[in-house]
Amino acid sequence: MRKLRVRKFFAFLSWLLLTVSVVAQEKPTAFVNAKIIPIVGQAIEKGVLLIQNGKIVAVGDVKSVKIPSDAQVFDVSGKVIMPGLVDTHSHIGEVSGADSSSPIQPDVRVLDSINVRASSIRRAQAGGITTVNVMPGSGHLNSGQTLYLKLRSSNPSKIEDLLIYNEDGSIAGGMKFANGTNSLRTGGGNFPGTRAKSAALMREQLIKAQEYREKIRKAGEDKSKLPPRDLMMEALVEVLEGKRIVHFHTHRHDDIITVLRLQKEFGFRVVLHHVSEAWKVADEIAKAKVPSSIIVVDSPGGKLETMDVSMTNGAALERVGALVGFHTDDYITDSRLFLRSAALAVRNGMSREKALYAMTMAGAIMLDLDKRVGSLEVGKDADFIILSGDPLSVYTKVLQTWVEGKKVFDRNDPKDYLIAVGGYGASNDRHIHLDCFEELGGEGDK
Amino acid sequence: MITIRRFLQFVLSKRSETILPIVLILCASQFAFAQIAVKGETIWTMAGENITNGVVLIGANGKIEAVGPASQIKIPSGYKVLSAKVVTPGLIDAHSVIGLSGYLNQPHDQMQVDLSAAIQPELRAIDAYNPEEKLIEWVRQYGVTTLHTGHAPAALVSGQTMIAKTFGKTIDEVTVVPTAMIAVTLGQAGLAPQGKSPGTRAKAAAMLRAELIKAQNYGKKGDEPRDLRQEIWKKVLNREIPLLVTAHKAHDIMTALRIAKEFNIRIVLDGASEAYLLIDEIKSAGVPVIIHPTMYRAGGETANLSMETASKLKAAGITVALQSGYETYVPKTRVVLFEAAIAAANGLSTRDALATITIDAAKILGIADRVGSIEVGKDGDLALYDGDPFEYTSHCVGTIVNGKIASDVVR
Repeated sequence: MRKLRVRKFFAFLSWLLLTVSVVAQEKPTAFVNAKIIPIVGQAIEKGVLLIQNGKIVAVGDVKSVKIPSDAQVFDVSGKVIMPGLVDTHSHIGEVSGADSSSPIQPDVRVLDSINVRASSIRRAQAGGITTVNVMPGSGHLNSGQTLYLKLRSSNPSKIEDLLIYNEDGSIAGGMKFANGTNSLRTGGGNFPGTRAKSAALMREQLIKAQEYREKIRKAGEDKSKLPPRDLMMEALVEVLEGKRIVHFHTHRHDDIITVLRLQKEFGFRVVLHHVSEAWKVADEIAKAKVPSSIIVVDSPGGKLETMDVSMTNGAALERVGALVGFHTDDYITDSRLFLRSAALAVRNGMSREKALYAMTMAGAIMLDLDKRVGSLEVGKDADFIILSGDPLSVYTKVLQTWVEGKKVFDRNDPKDYLIAVGGYGASNDRHIHLDCFEELGGEGDK
Repeated sequence: MITIRRFLQFVLSKRSETILPIVLILCASQFAFAQIAVKGETIWTMAGENITNGVVLIGANGKIEAVGPASQIKIPSGYKVLSAKVVTPGLIDAHSVIGLSGYLNQPHDQMQVDLSAAIQPELRAIDAYNPEEKLIEWVRQYGVTTLHTGHAPAALVSGQTMIAKTFGKTIDEVTVVPTAMIAVTLGQAGLAPQGKSPGTRAKAAAMLRAELIKAQNYGKKGDEPRDLRQEIWKKVLNREIPLLVTAHKAHDIMTALRIAKEFNIRIVLDGASEAYLLIDEIKSAGVPVIIHPTMYRAGGETANLSMETASKLKAAGITVALQSGYETYVPKTRVVLFEAAIAAANGLSTRDALATITIDAAKILGIADRVGSIEVGKDGDLALYDGDPFEYTSHCVGTIVNGKIASDVVR
């Protein structure tokens, strides 16, 4: 009897704790009077964005959205709110991948290489980037597994603080492939010397992966018949299964077509990256229903395969109805000026609507994250930026960046301002705050 | 000088049918060097106030004949009339390497540095400049009419720079100043490959000083044989030609000022990422600064660069210009219009930002008597836009060099 009572007491206690944890959710936060560009749906001239527990609770006109009495309210009149930007291809965090020992290294994870204290991550937040595909380089046919990050902390201590998890619990990321000249090496060895050899090496590995997958399928429930674990094959099977989207570095028109040919043969899901000559084969890209993540650079050339790169790529792909996103390729272009890429695409004929969609929703689709990010819709993550004005104006500043309901960048904060415009110490690894000393010394943050 | 127009007026005044065919032939040939009238809703002359609804007339000699409000200037018949929302002086890129460095980035089009020796001031830019380089066409389409270009900041003394117009076929046709400056690089980028000198900053400074001391003594004996290197150093010591000293770190900037003082030579600071730390020193030395591109990448020696450097230096009264700079990869050239735009968004007024790529650039390069502003007698170099030149979504719609339409594409 007594035992039962104790048990009941503990049951009650755990119920109480559960209830309390449910009740003790964050107070809602409302951003009112801003122009809101939700990306999905019409722009709202005077709107309200209501967030709670890292999610969007309501978005709409000031007259129609009821703000709860306990909400913290920020008046952001005259400002513009849009979804956090999605950078589909970046090299922030001092990322590294494959190591030149062989041209195809799908076993390599960038997860195991990123320095979360790198200033480049802070610069991305200053540029309004909230979701980013961090990739290894293009010096290999396959330089490893990419990582999709949420820049949800201004003070991350480990990569785990920024990870995104898929529904099955796995870490979200893609796979980097490349063709064209970056992955050619004339020195011989096991690297390809020609484009045809590049394609042959890729096909060879993907066929091996098909066979590996077949062995697993045949083994069924009988674990004794499973092939020995092979990290390379496991990763490529994920590619074949569509669990890992291929992010394919490709520039020249014929290289783009080669990607489409490989995609057709093996059925993997793919995003074309850079696509310098997309304007030459836009119809073929559209027909294959393959999305493109484009880069905007200030002049043509730099290498032979980009001599015909054009700022009209965005417009050319929009015209044929292909899905277009953008990327910084940071360090190639500056994450802090990511919106400039969209603006220059508009300068060269892309519509404003599609350009802003490309910076957000299209990027989310390319990373399989469109259910969570990319637009300001109820139930999605509270990832958004507050801008001083028109997103496509050179004079507009990113004032604040919010990820999952937390502010990760504030231009009014002197430390963040330093990151945004540069200056002494701006490129150093993020400062480690020694709070006790700072309080005592006062000058500890210098 | 009798212009074609006046000659035509003279011929027409005779009203003789017998000379009509001659008149027609002359009219046709006139288009090769047509006089141009450019109407602008806003004209940034960069010499006094802006003109609203103004006109710029460029004569057959390629020089500006008149500039003022449309109400006060009659466009003579026979002038080709262009219109634009905004008109500025042709833009000046105060420091580039294009023409020596090409867009393909292959060994055959990369002539901006020869690494066989650390000090080679005798290398002339005019012997390497390719006026038909694609990147020159590229920047011309964004309004750039004058380029200060040459040897790259990639060796202690990499060679000479030159000033050229961005439109024309041959080197003689485009050259404004054949030897503008000598490119000197302090800091990491100026060090020699492993095992060669200079291998340290102190060695670099010692080598440069020794070289200048040697030049001070050149010619004293009277019958010395010609020495291309010493001849050019003499011009530096005589203050005819300045050194273009690329220095990013504060201590390298101080080295530049120290050597300039020691030898009483003229210098122009270039790059100067940390110039904002030394505003008083730079100002009191009276040295102008050609600041790194505003969007230059922060890292290594440029780790501390700021988008606000131009505005901070300008506010202190230092003459500043912006540049496209030197890129070893992508973008193979930057565009000064874009770089000034970011400076305008980070503290500089529109006028001051425009000055960094027009009149102030011309002053630093010593060519303000010819270019940099829209004034009567100056070269007929103009850039035309369909809106605020700095706005991302505006376009450069025309470029005029020496009175010739050098670009009419919409960029």
